[in-house]
Amino acid sequence: MLKDITLGQYYPVESPVHRLDPRVKILLTIAFIVGVFLVKSLLGFLPVIVFIVLAAYASHLPLKLLAKGLKPLRFILIFTFLLNLFFSPGDTVLVHVWRIQITLEGLLTALRFSARLIFLVTGASLLTLTTPPVVLTDGLERLLSPFAKIGFPAHELAMMMTIALRFIPTLLEEADKIMKAQMARGADFESGNIIQRAKAMVPLLVPLFISAFRRAGDLAMAMEARCYHGGEGRTRLRILKLTRADAVATLITAAMIALVAVIG
Amino acid sequence: MPIKIEHLSHVYQPGSPFQSDALQDIDFTIEDGELLALIGHTGSGKSTLAQHLNGLLTPTSGRVLVDGEDINQKGANRRALRQRVGLLFQYAEYQLFEETVYKDIAFGPKNQGLTGDELDARVREAFARVHLPEDALQKSPFDLSGGQMRRVALAGVIAMHPRVLVLDEPIAGLDPRGRDELTEIINELHQDGVTMVIISHNMDDVARIATRAAVLHKGRLAMLGTPREIFSRGDELAAMGLDVPQTVQLCQALRAGGMDVPDCLTNEELCDAICRALGKEAAIHA
Amino acid sequence: MEDLILRADNVSYAYEDSEGMAVRGVTLGFRTGEMTAVLGHNGSGKSTLAKLLNGLYIPTEGHVTVCGMDTQEDEHTWDIRRSAGMVFQNPDNQLVASIVRDDVAFGLENIGVPSAQMPARIETALRQVEMLPFIDRAPHTLSGGQKQRIAIAGILAMQPKALILDESTAMLDPRGRREVFDTVSRLNREQGITVVWITHFMEEAARCDRVVVMDDGQVVMDDTPKAVFSQAERLRAMRLDVPPMVALGDLLRARGLPIAHEAMDVSAMAQEVLKCR
Repeated sequence: MLKDITLGQYYPVESPVHRLDPRVKILLTIAFIVGVFLVKSLLGFLPVIVFIVLAAYASHLPLKLLAKGLKPLRFILIFTFLLNLFFSPGDTVLVHVWRIQITLEGLLTALRFSARLIFLVTGASLLTLTTPPVVLTDGLERLLSPFAKIGFPAHELAMMMTIALRFIPTLLEEADKIMKAQMARGADFESGNIIQRAKAMVPLLVPLFISAFRRAGDLAMAMEARCYHGGEGRTRLRILKLTRADAVATLITAAMIALVAVIG
Repeated sequence: MPIKIEHLSHVYQPGSPFQSDALQDIDFTIEDGELLALIGHTGSGKSTLAQHLNGLLTPTSGRVLVDGEDINQKGANRRALRQRVGLLFQYAEYQLFEETVYKDIAFGPKNQGLTGDELDARVREAFARVHLPEDALQKSPFDLSGGQMRRVALAGVIAMHPRVLVLDEPIAGLDPRGRDELTEIINELHQDGVTMVIISHNMDDVARIATRAAVLHKGRLAMLGTPREIFSRGDELAAMGLDVPQTVQLCQALRAGGMDVPDCLTNEELCDAICRALGKEAAIHA
Repeated sequence: MEDLILRADNVSYAYEDSEGMAVRGVTLGFRTGEMTAVLGHNGSGKSTLAKLLNGLYIPTEGHVTVCGMDTQEDEHTWDIRRSAGMVFQNPDNQLVASIVRDDVAFGLENIGVPSAQMPARIETALRQVEMLPFIDRAPHTLSGGQKQRIAIAGILAMQPKALILDESTAMLDPRGRREVFDTVSRLNREQGITVVWITHFMEEAARCDRVVVMDDGQVVMDDTPKAVFSQAERLRAMRLDVPPMVALGDLLRARGLPIAHEAMDVSAMAQEVLKCR
């Protein structure tokens, strides 16, 4: 019922992209996003497309998988496309029906906005598809750790992500079980208007929250028993080390951005 | 004849790579007034079967009949039919949510449309059956101990007046006192004629309280009979990763050592049998 | 003086939000290499005692020492916790990371073990609980007994002197219970790790070296399993039980059969009964 969240889930294969340093991958993803925003014309998407295809190829990911990641976005995509198609200002009228007109400028804007959205999502899923969540968390923590000196909670944030990743499946399973238990007592989660449905959620949400708090208490105790005392003096299992592959990936990304900047 | 399970099969996520047969061709009847133990280790399909009994899961094929009527039939009657089977989940204390014990017990019967005096009577009757201190009724369920909370959850199901009560691992995780108290409540309900299905992996309990036992293994009904019949097939149970009660294990060990004792399910029975066997042997030697 | 790895001297403990004492004047020592069961019904104070034994709680009165370090003294906190590792009841609520390898590493990271040494220690710990093949799995895909063994590995990686298990088999099915008990009892035998095994299951207690019974915050019995379980009436008065074979032994002795008190499991009992012929 609640278990179909697979968007961007880690795809475990061996590939040069999988082996890249997570810090580099995060930064390059950000650079890629900036690059996508720099594109001004449709032609400018050419280097972006080449980059994505190359990256997918080097990651040993089936292109189908990337396409599947876009499926949940289809309504937003169509909406963005239509909105820009009908409401962008322009002079070159292509179609005119009653009070609605489609202009060439509108069509181009619509295509550009949709393409931008598609590439943003694909770029981000490339990151999550090729990096296990634990490694991603590690990379984030270490990227943010310089900011810890000015009080930014880098370690705490990473710890929260780790725990969330660990407990999401457990809590989903629990929600499913409580839902069934209340249905066995005649609770009805499926009919009624919005207010009735919201009210019907109380027997699900109250036990779920109480259980989450109980788990949090237990977990805090267990973490303390295992000598957890914050980020201070902590070593890490993974040693992150930059390699040649990281340099190559950075150069390729830089080249893409440069091309985009030149083409416009 | 409260529940008739007819050739029931259930496939999880059919058509997907995760497809798996959870239940295959289960066919038996839960008789009026019996206390049926449903045995099997984790993953044997016993919880899946339990969820079919009240329509939480729908069979891929086969039928579940309650008092002769298909609980998955189309029509208005379906909800009421399904509620003739009350199901208490494992660790049911974690499903409580109301401000008071009273309100929590009332949740089920209220969903059945009861109000006023009738509702009040149901709540009080169910509460009386689970042996909680009188003042607990107006307390928050979260101020009670774990074992007490589980009994509140049980009362919440009893209050719906089901024809059959299905309890999934009712004593798991309790301390000896909690286990005794709950076993006593189950025995009382059974003596009052309530038909019950108890899902358990504790063989010693099954031996003590069940009138009949069904063993599930890999989604199939592997054995069905009295506890005595079932436990006499110790080797088969062991092959399924299940234990026999310690009393039966001892009887088997004694027979292997050449002593003539039948399988016994309680210590008292076993003590008598041993004394009889020793007496007989002594008589022969004399 | 005896070699006591964990000791409580006249320890009392009161929770902040309650007036009564959860543990009252307990004096108790655990010898190196010993496997001790602690019995008592819910609320008897046995869980509180467990948390006192590794400095999760600090005594309101009295002293707890772990390997000679007093839990009252802050500077020892982390040394105490890595020396006396603790495993809890709910297998789901003590694993931190979404990959087994990272979870076992968690304690090592906390105590600052150099990264280069971690993989070997993680693998050794997982091998000790026979879970090495599961090193890359996600905890939520494991059974309860397997999760508990991962939790134990997470402690073992820190190379503790003692293991305290607080009802760690209570939520498991019989198979999981056996897995966890056998693992811990093997660690105790083969590696000499001191074990404090808190449980509701009398059969488990019967297999330990020593049984401590708690009631109302106090230690009321402390002896060999045989001596403790021979007092069935006293145990029942505390709403505890005796293992099934011990109860049978009592019945047979009442009939005049010479059954030894040592017979607490099926095979020992069978031998005793067959000897009566």
